[in-house]
Amino acid sequence: MAKTLFEKVWDQHVVSENDDGSMLLYIDRQLVHEVTSPQAFEGLRMAGRKPWRINASVATPDHNVPTNNRDQGITDPVSRAQVEALDANCAEFGITEFALDDIRQGVVHVMGPEQGLILPGMTVVCGDSHTSTHGAFGAIAMGIGTSEVEHVLASQCLIQKKPKTMRIRVEGTLPTSMTGKDVALYIIGEIGTAGGTGFAIEFAGSAVRALSMEGRMSLCNMTIEAGARCGMIGVDDVTIAYVKGRPYAPKANDWDSAKAAWSELHSDADAEFDKELLFKAEDIAPQLSWGTSPEMVLPITASIPNPSDAKDDVQQEGWNRALAYMDLKAGTPLQEINIDKVFIGSCTNGRIEDFREAAAMVKGKSVAANVKLAMAVPGSGLVKQQAEEEGLDEIFRQAGFEWRDPGCSMCLAMNADRLEPGERCASTSNRNFEGRQGMGGRTHLVSPAMAAAAAIAGHFVDIRDWV
Amino acid sequence: MQAFTTLNGLVAPMDRANVDTDAIIPKQFLKSIKRTGYGPFLFDEWRYEDHGEPEMDCTHRPKRNDFVLNQPRFQGAEILITRENFGCGSSREHAPWAILDYGFSCVIAPSFADIFYNNCFKNGILPIVLNDSQMDTLFDACATTEGFSLNIDLIAQTVSLPSGKSLSFEVDDFRKHCLLNGLDDIGLTLTQSDNIRNYEQSRIKQAPWLF
Ligand code: SF4
Repeated sequence: MAKTLFEKVWDQHVVSENDDGSMLLYIDRQLVHEVTSPQAFEGLRMAGRKPWRINASVATPDHNVPTNNRDQGITDPVSRAQVEALDANCAEFGITEFALDDIRQGVVHVMGPEQGLILPGMTVVCGDSHTSTHGAFGAIAMGIGTSEVEHVLASQCLIQKKPKTMRIRVEGTLPTSMTGKDVALYIIGEIGTAGGTGFAIEFAGSAVRALSMEGRMSLCNMTIEAGARCGMIGVDDVTIAYVKGRPYAPKANDWDSAKAAWSELHSDADAEFDKELLFKAEDIAPQLSWGTSPEMVLPITASIPNPSDAKDDVQQEGWNRALAYMDLKAGTPLQEINIDKVFIGSCTNGRIEDFREAAAMVKGKSVAANVKLAMAVPGSGLVKQQAEEEGLDEIFRQAGFEWRDPGCSMCLAMNADRLEPGERCASTSNRNFEGRQGMGGRTHLVSPAMAAAAAIAGHFVDIRDWV
Repeated sequence: MQAFTTLNGLVAPMDRANVDTDAIIPKQFLKSIKRTGYGPFLFDEWRYEDHGEPEMDCTHRPKRNDFVLNQPRFQGAEILITRENFGCGSSREHAPWAILDYGFSCVIAPSFADIFYNNCFKNGILPIVLNDSQMDTLFDACATTEGFSLNIDLIAQTVSLPSGKSLSFEVDDFRKHCLLNGLDDIGLTLTQSDNIRNYEQSRIKQAPWLF
């Protein structure tokens, strides 16, 4: 019988099925970070349990870590306690950790693929919603809560119900300068933040296949913003070329058999989905979020919408609230919005390609006078190293950017990197909720090139006609 | 985990859609390595005038009068009614921990974000899905009746209003069973250890690079 990509991977991981249709699903890989794991390790200790398979989990601290003056350690005592708890738990339970002083440390979702810890056809979990990123490898990758982190540590399994399947095809050729991030924002703008609820989404179509692995990761990363359980993309030569030679990737004979197995990891031609959507790549212009939900997105050429045009009362109220919080007026062209800060980084856009695209926009230019802070924060120590080898750090510094150490940073502002009340930020991260980047802070989600151009102009610009 | 069977509790209304986990429990409170103590910080930015930090004493913090949970008539509420896509955003289990620690053990909405919905069951909270018109009935009754309370019966899968009207809801058998008995699902899964080992034995032959 014809199967979808999701069904192929799912079926290979079912350990048993309960009477009510829920299944015990085997998990190949768990990524662990400091925020959602301490209570899970505590639970294991209290129950006298040991990890089921130690080498299935790999940890790194990311959410809380400082992005400068690392030699002084973590000064915030609460953050320090959490990172130290991760170090101690990994040591106690024997789990591999890339600690703060390790070049491999970084945002879990950047570190994992970079190390070859994520392979096609795997089931991957992490106590973090953006685990969906790893679906870019043809893996089923799901964010879970702390109780489930403990469950996977203890049993290498999760209890899951099979979600429905949806395929979103983006056909055609993306206009120049359009990235995976623009595709992600565009789709969420179209289907809404609950558009994917209950579904495993597969992204397909010629425009998706034309994306690099970095672009595919940005796209799958934001599947969770559409409410889906996970997002995934079939395996092709681009996937295999990315995985090859990475530290944890299979070697020698294993590589050949793995590669052969992975060639099956795409939906069969006549596979059926519960829902199918089709978008045209040519319709995608540089995207910008204007409100406090990732579905409040428009092309850069548009203006702030009028709540009286909302589709119903709930949306109207949401728009009114968003406009008040964002301090924006209906009818204002998006290109007239001035910004105070710029953040380039996160698990959505903290990879080498993102910094290359941003650097190309700022090269030989200077950050505008009204921009108080422009930060470039690599997603991992290795991304940082690579960027420095290419001289990108110098380009950023000369333009007036700060070049930082790797971590989540101003994506969620758990460390010192944050917006002050009322500040407006062009951010390459994935969430624009109220207070996400600092209490009272205002976030506009964009691609790295859009954020970089906004830093130089001091306001948002259409990068297609901007030099 | 605390079992959930029936609950007769005061209702508090949160009449907005897409309440996200950053709003439920802002990120600075995620630095704690404990499971308890989040209740005073539930909806922190909406609830207080000042900025909250972990381990703060909240008793004398200035409260926002316009925030619904600060109104005297909703003190002691155990059931939260709200709108679509409640709990969207991050996977942080601190969100249900804060809800539970505050005193809510049941949340009723037309829809929930997946991870949040799942996290509720792991923590003895019953999330109930009712349709929009049923929700409107509850919101209307709550607005017009001081001390509006509901009777939730998980065994019968019903929500009963003081008027005698009863609404039924759906819940997975397995989740219901665990919640009714306060069962830890790790223990349940580990009763299948042999199955898990057998799976690993056969899988390692097909895909040795995964082990
Ligand atoms: S970069 Fe942001 S979204 Fe990604 S894991 Fe870190 S905090 Fe979460």
